[in-house]
Amino acid sequence: MKHIRTLIAKEWAEVFKNRIVIFTVSALPLLMALLPLGILLSTGGAMSMEGDVSDLPPSMLKACGAIAVGDCFQIFLLNQFLPLFMMMPLFIPIAIASYSIVGEKTTRSLEPLLATPITTEELLAGKALAAVIPAVLATWASFAVFLIGLPLVGASGPALLTALSPTWFAATFLVGPLVAVLAVIFALMVSSRVNDPRTAEQISGALVVPVLGLTFAQLAGVLVLNVPLMLTVAAGVAVIDVVLVFFGARLFQREVILTRWK
Amino acid sequence: MIDIHGLSKTFQGATRGTVVEAVSDLSLTVAQGEVFGFLGPNGAGKTTTVRMLCALIAPTRGTATVNGHALGRADQAIRRSVGILTETPGLYDRLSAEANLRLFAELYDVADPAAAVKRYLGLLGLWDRRQDPAGSFSKGMRQKLAIARALLHEPRVLFLDEPTSGLDPEAARLVRDFITELRGEGRTIFLTTHNLDEADRLCDRIGIFKTRLLAVDTPAALRRTMFGRQVVFHLARLDPAWVTAIGALPQVQEAQAAGEKLVVRLEAPETTNPVIVRKLIALGADIQFVGELRHSLEDIYLRFVNHDAGGQT
Repeated sequence: MKHIRTLIAKEWAEVFKNRIVIFTVSALPLLMALLPLGILLSTGGAMSMEGDVSDLPPSMLKACGAIAVGDCFQIFLLNQFLPLFMMMPLFIPIAIASYSIVGEKTTRSLEPLLATPITTEELLAGKALAAVIPAVLATWASFAVFLIGLPLVGASGPALLTALSPTWFAATFLVGPLVAVLAVIFALMVSSRVNDPRTAEQISGALVVPVLGLTFAQLAGVLVLNVPLMLTVAAGVAVIDVVLVFFGARLFQREVILTRWK
Repeated sequence: MIDIHGLSKTFQGATRGTVVEAVSDLSLTVAQGEVFGFLGPNGAGKTTTVRMLCALIAPTRGTATVNGHALGRADQAIRRSVGILTETPGLYDRLSAEANLRLFAELYDVADPAAAVKRYLGLLGLWDRRQDPAGSFSKGMRQKLAIARALLHEPRVLFLDEPTSGLDPEAARLVRDFITELRGEGRTIFLTTHNLDEADRLCDRIGIFKTRLLAVDTPAALRRTMFGRQVVFHLARLDPAWVTAIGALPQVQEAQAAGEKLVVRLEAPETTNPVIVRKLIALGADIQFVGELRHSLEDIYLRFVNHDAGGQT
């Protein structure tokens, strides 16, 4: 555990001197919180009206039940922002891990590191956690800003309750960290094959597609984001995490790093 | 201290199904406190050998013990007990010199990391620059920092891969002096280098290596084996008859003229030189200087490596 803590401290000391990483971890989550708040504020007048039932997918209306159509419309709009809090823990660790691994490759600092008594598991865990922890904390901080801002931009009571519902909490506090693990292991695997952090980021960025799929499916009324769906997504991501950790651990063997990482 | 038996390493070749042999059947023993020079051309397999001995990559065949720990069975113990200076310093450029060393002191579980870092930054003259990022250091300072990193945990066996490569003469000399100090502390040093003069000056024994071990001995013994012992007599004037007369002496293996110099190959200059001097004086020669002809390590190295290349073609 001491080696993992040491490695995480080193990763943070190094990677947080990179302006792109600092922007990705601090400014971007803040923007991600402020953007939906701004949209909710600008559409506040429209939402205060009763709205047009035909604007909402039937599945959403069914989920709203007895809630007023205006409030249902606000909840519908609010739910469009939920995937943002699953997207954030995806791209933040990608940025950190890409710069971390590619940086080690270009400065050839991995060999002295591998010559120490650190184990493969400690190395993988240290690298992964150094990227996952800031991503998860930044996402949660962004979610906190979002929650605090909601009443200030005129969100209705039912809309506020939606943001505080188990669905949102499952997405932010369960799916988010699992997605972060998936993203970081994937980014580590991609980074082992390329020599430019931006290339690694772009390739790893492909992971955002399934989350975007959720967003569009919800917009089209095909899906309603609810607790069962979130738990299903979490279970699926957890399985993928286990598979990726298995392959990631093989990729992190000393000999593989020294002879095949080019 | 280092005991190697039949160590071999093959890698998959660039073409599918092909195999490249990087190290072939290496057997070698390096004693405690010895500075062993591992010489060979680029791509000879020197770095692969060092990586195997530091438990970074696994051998395909063969066995080795380093510091009493068996390769493949006690790899963590090996990594804990050896220090390695890699071919490129591999420093974290954004971190300060102190932070670079602190990280490794903690990874090596050094009891008092701060004290170890202070000691080696001081020893290598980097204490005043400890807060500066390693990226701002000159090549020589980076190399010194990398050497400090290899020593933090006080390893008894040190692997130094091209320690003076790319350094200016002053920095290279500093590094060499430091290696000499380390030898004085009784550490075993496994030194790979292209700098043959450096190997000649620093190493107790050398191994000439090109995928397999071509020769191993002290530089002096290799010179004797390769060229015999030769003594040069600088004369004011050389009469060709004297060459024949000296060559006829029973202790002399061969005598040759080289300008006004007489070059004599013999077994034991210590006992034969006085005999030759007396004979030359008796023949009427004026002897200006007498000295042993010393072939460079480069001559020995090139002869082995080129002979091996010739043998393979």
